[in-house]
Amino acid sequence: MTLSTRHLLGIKDLTAQDISLILQTAQEFKEVLQRPIKKVPSLRDVTIVNLFFENSTRTRISFELAEKRLSADTVNFTASGSSVSKGETLLDTVNNILSMKVDMVVMRHSASGAPHFLAKHIPAAIINAGDGINEHPTQALLDALSIKEKHGTLEGVKVAIIGDIMHSRVAQSNLYLLNKMGAEVVVCGPPTLIPKHLSEAFGVRVEYNLRKALEWCDVANVLRIQLERQNEVLFSSLREYNLAYGISRRLLDSLPKPITIMHPGPINRGVELDSDVANSDQSIILQQVENGVAVRMAALYLLSNRQNA
Amino acid sequence: MRCFAYFYPKFLGLKTILNHQQITLAIRRLANQVLENHVDSKSSVLIGIQPRGVYLSDRLYEAICKETTTPPDYGKLDITFYRDDLRKGIHVPNHTDIPFSIEGKKVVLVDDVLYTGRTIRAALDALMDFGRPEKVELLVLVDRRYSRQLPIQPDYTGKTIDSIVSQRVKVVWNEDGKDEVVLMD
Repeated sequence: MTLSTRHLLGIKDLTAQDISLILQTAQEFKEVLQRPIKKVPSLRDVTIVNLFFENSTRTRISFELAEKRLSADTVNFTASGSSVSKGETLLDTVNNILSMKVDMVVMRHSASGAPHFLAKHIPAAIINAGDGINEHPTQALLDALSIKEKHGTLEGVKVAIIGDIMHSRVAQSNLYLLNKMGAEVVVCGPPTLIPKHLSEAFGVRVEYNLRKALEWCDVANVLRIQLERQNEVLFSSLREYNLAYGISRRLLDSLPKPITIMHPGPINRGVELDSDVANSDQSIILQQVENGVAVRMAALYLLSNRQNA
Repeated sequence: MRCFAYFYPKFLGLKTILNHQQITLAIRRLANQVLENHVDSKSSVLIGIQPRGVYLSDRLYEAICKETTTPPDYGKLDITFYRDDLRKGIHVPNHTDIPFSIEGKKVVLVDDVLYTGRTIRAALDALMDFGRPEKVELLVLVDRRYSRQLPIQPDYTGKTIDSIVSQRVKVVWNEDGKDEVVLMD
């Protein structure tokens, strides 16, 4: 068994078999992370550069830990304080780094399609760590692993994706993945934050009423309101958003069955999720972060082999 | 195909080295040898190497349990991430299950066939990430001697055979009790 792709640019390019292989491998890496020495020598001969043109806490630390636990050599790059501010192009920056003998590139960029552009022009394997409003494949994979751990399977699980769907690469990657793995999906949010083409493109149901979506689902994946990507006013205030689409303890308790709460982080507490919900035992937000390292180890491991095969 | 190979082994270049009965006897002997050297089973552990060594270690553990009321701890180890030929192709991992500490314990590693010694090298590396054992021993069902690429020797052997590089030795484990060790040209 092997991956059908050389790069991990998006879930869109993966087959259901690829996704299962990554999740299965990630489960074995989770076991590695329980050992007294949480490290394997698999990527001893691989050098990886983490190119972060956009801010990140979880994803960057998670990738860095994943690389270190595979014994890869790592180089970190952040756009601020680099020659990008002197006007160097993306391709020049990356080619200069690659000429120092780097094998793999992990990249986050604010422009959608930036990693796809790189993949066409450079020989190294590329992992997309989030590009603009397009995809964030490793997040969708770790979400899938977390759902699978909680519910045993992905097939037939009812997932509601709630919030700012339009600006969310996490939502898009999740939609591709859940579709391919046979989960049932509903998206829920204010009409201004849900793209019109969505129900045709993914065959998902759109629900504008939060309570109805929550009553239907097993898992609620709550997204962050991305104020930094909004150039226009799409809802009147954060307070109003919280009243209509924020998940409170009282709302959760009034549902017919307990549902699982997920969030890709960072949380706007008191906007999309109330604090007591985020901290409750129904929330698996910290398990998601834990699974992130294992999933990224699996992706790096499988792609590194592919590259040198 | 199996049926065919069973009745006409010569057509396929198959030669049976150990039949089911011989394997059963060998496992019983190996179990007794392990017990003889590990009188205090509390300080010993048995670890099968995934995937094929586990078939043997499952049967060996069963045989040990028949002989003693205090069997050693039993775990399974996958060595995929420690292989030295990872770059020659993709290797999908199997499950590792060692739910106890091996710190200061006497470990008996179990695999079906010992050939180049590279698997055992990887297993030793993997093992050390779980702690510092007092001692590590190696138990194999078949030892293909004179073919080692690393200085590794077994402590307990089911059968020692001479074979050339182009031949393959395979242990066929069957749930229906038709186990055999075959040599393929």
